[in-house]
Amino acid sequence: MSLVLSVFEQGLIYAIMALGLYITYKILDFPDMTVDGSFPLGAAITAMLITKGWNPFLTLPISFAAGAVAGMLTGLIHVKLRVRDLLSGIIMMTALYTVNLRIAGKANLPIYNMENIFDNKLVNAIIPESLSQFKTVIVAFVITMIVKYILDWYLSTKSGFMLRAVGDNETIVTSLGVDKGWIKILGLALGDGFAALSGCMFAQQQRYFDVTMGTGTVVIGLASVIIGTTVFKKVTFLRVTSSVVIGSLIYKACVAVAIRMGMQSTDLKLITAVLFLLILVVGTERKKKVKSTC
Amino acid sequence: MLELQHIHKFFNPGSVNEICLFDDFNLTVKDGEFVSVVGSNGSGKTSMLNIICGSIDIDHGQILIDGKDYAGKKDFVRSRQIGRVFQDPSKGTCPQMTILENMSIAENKGKPFNLTRGVNKAHIDYYREMLAHLNLGLEDKMHTPVGALSGGQRQAVALLMATMTPIDFLILDEHTAALDPKTAEIIMQLTDQVVREKKVTTIMVTHNLRYAVEYGSRLLMMHEGKVILDKAGEEKKNVDTEEIMKIFNQISVECGN
Repeated sequence: MSLVLSVFEQGLIYAIMALGLYITYKILDFPDMTVDGSFPLGAAITAMLITKGWNPFLTLPISFAAGAVAGMLTGLIHVKLRVRDLLSGIIMMTALYTVNLRIAGKANLPIYNMENIFDNKLVNAIIPESLSQFKTVIVAFVITMIVKYILDWYLSTKSGFMLRAVGDNETIVTSLGVDKGWIKILGLALGDGFAALSGCMFAQQQRYFDVTMGTGTVVIGLASVIIGTTVFKKVTFLRVTSSVVIGSLIYKACVAVAIRMGMQSTDLKLITAVLFLLILVVGTERKKKVKSTC
Repeated sequence: MLELQHIHKFFNPGSVNEICLFDDFNLTVKDGEFVSVVGSNGSGKTSMLNIICGSIDIDHGQILIDGKDYAGKKDFVRSRQIGRVFQDPSKGTCPQMTILENMSIAENKGKPFNLTRGVNKAHIDYYREMLAHLNLGLEDKMHTPVGALSGGQRQAVALLMATMTPIDFLILDEHTAALDPKTAEIIMQLTDQVVREKKVTTIMVTHNLRYAVEYGSRLLMMHEGKVILDKAGEEKKNVDTEEIMKIFNQISVECGN
């Protein structure tokens, strides 16, 4: 039971980061490595603010804003300084490692026994005692759904249309008299804002910040996005954003099963890598099949 | 009115691969003209369009639109006055977005892309009418991603999109070259119809000499960065394809083609 619960808790929290990568990787077609730094950035800010006694709900918008600034910087490096997409992300990711250490003050900052978004007076008052063990899942679900619906709404606006257009066909964005560079910067800001928001929630669920907690986040996010978009390709009633959330849950479930089958938690990165490779291979094979039927 | 004055453009300046594309190139296009441009490969036709649209920068010279110099302005700034249809049908539309969404962004050109709804439901009937006008059956496919359409259908949508908002110039860059002969014919007739209806100043680059002779009010032939033939008005009406073909063959022989 606790295993299933933790799959849902972490799957939902990581889903927000996966939605961010969906924006950058799928919509913008930009491999954004910044996420490995912006995810722990959200966590570092959150741990720092909570130890200072801030209201835990305030950490959500603050983390989002900080992540958005990081993404914007990656975008500026790429667009204005003309550094290649992958490298601009790696530069920011490396820089953020130090920034995160500075914010938290040390490599590991625990926030046990403090109020957080999953455990505070307000949540305890709303959720009855009998459901107390589901508190984290319920709060994570609510926040993830809010984020998902905001993203759905945004993608249906004129500004969202431009974001989709720039990943689809840059030429048309220019033809419409819009600077494609700023649209990319905006998309990266959103993507890394989501990653930091996800990191903020993860730190509160784990009740600590660790400077290495961001390593491999991009891979987890990409795996979730690819699982979600390939598995549910044919399911028309599901929005792509919902597929990505479910993809994140499936990914966490796969990892949980692997660990249950006797793998050590130190093997986690290897499991992640193998799983990701598997998903990529299976995912692209499907694509080929679709093409050949045309 | 569009005036290209004393345009100089070198590729790879200062290196052994230095290529002079334009050396003091001049061209004036009057309002309402429909200029067809022909010429061999490498004659500078497409580069000329790229220079007008700002896709490539010039070394010297002026690009005057109604007397205002646009040289040095960013491509997306110039795009606000210019509609462009490319040779590659995938360049004029967004493949993953539906016809409806594509037309919605095209109609919003020149206005801010803000947080209001992307598709204006009140305009759907208007779009449908425009699509029905094409006679390609697209009015029933408004929720289909454009990527699922054929090249000709996509080019037709691209043409509609390029001319939806008021523009000063329509730039057609070999826009029928990637299509089969029958579809190319349909798109060409459609182009003529749109240009007449909107009375928009048009520059069309084509490899099809017959189109260049049949359509448009002025014919230009380019060779090695120079205009070597320029016929407008009555003169243009009396030009026939064979005559153009003869001149064209002559310059091609010089190039060794």
